[in-house]
Amino acid sequence: MRFRLLCALTVALLALSAGGCMSQNTRAEGRSSVKPASKRNPAPDFEAKDANGQSFHLTDYRGKVVLLNFWATWCGPCKVEIPWFIDFERNYKDRGFAVVGISLDDDGWEAVKPYLERRRMNYRVALGNMDIERLYGGGTGIESLPTSFIIDRDGRVADVHVGLISRNDYQNELEELLH
Amino acid sequence: MNSKNFFISAVLCALAGVTACAQTPGVLSVSEPSKLTVPRAGDVTGSLKLQLQPGYHVNSNAPNEEYLIPLRLTWDSAAVETVAVQYPKPVLEKSDFSDKPLSVFNGNFEVLTKFRRAAKASPGPGFLNGKLRYQACNDKMCLPPKTLEIRVPLLVE
Repeated sequence: MRFRLLCALTVALLALSAGGCMSQNTRAEGRSSVKPASKRNPAPDFEAKDANGQSFHLTDYRGKVVLLNFWATWCGPCKVEIPWFIDFERNYKDRGFAVVGISLDDDGWEAVKPYLERRRMNYRVALGNMDIERLYGGGTGIESLPTSFIIDRDGRVADVHVGLISRNDYQNELEELLH
Repeated sequence: MNSKNFFISAVLCALAGVTACAQTPGVLSVSEPSKLTVPRAGDVTGSLKLQLQPGYHVNSNAPNEEYLIPLRLTWDSAAVETVAVQYPKPVLEKSDFSDKPLSVFNGNFEVLTKFRRAAKASPGPGFLNGKLRYQACNDKMCLPPKTLEIRVPLLVE
């Protein structure tokens, strides 16, 4: 009897563990998993300067679907996503979509600008700071890269991805929000 | 595998899963360095033993991709001169996010440093301060670069 109880506890632990991981980075492909609109929280606004020196607010994007991506030039998994984001920006721009990249490079534009040019990044990139990080990552800031927030047209967070996920997972969510 | 062993394995797997999902700012830990006695003449080798959480790697001291941040150990002391820092042989590890294998350290590893007494060093006890800069990733995500402060008890003869 006691052994059965222990087994049940184990299964529960395994389920909890697997569930937690799935919500972060290993969702099944082919289906969207954005939160229902009623459960979405507002994406905190911030002001930042992009690579052209132009200031903007996240709220400037109200009415658009936004993929807000925290990344850095030293982050290998982030490098994988960049070509996908370039495609999304190109393919979905006319449907009311934008990618906004927030770089967490300590060396600032000195490291980031050459990288943007080399990889021909066609979407807006700004430098992050602790204020922005705390808004999106809590007291200690963003602790893992990449971290991406999918924001709906009303400026609410429809999903969060910590770590590398598949291109299809992003695409399905964007298609659903842009529908 | 008998049922008891199965149970223990399952619990360990479950705990491992929870750990992997947790946000872990410090995945690299350093064993307490032992006291370094620096002779009047000749070199002495100090060892720094490091443990990395399973599933993670840190870039080696000579990463094979330009954009990666290398592991670097530096020392600062008026009592000793750093003759050479000797990093372990890196592992070439294939990662989901890279086409070619990356030069990394993982698991438990050791960095050795050869020291020599500085010309103007005074005999007696003291401390040697060092900095270990590293940047860790697993297959899906990377953690920001970190610098660990190292303090080694020292006796200059």
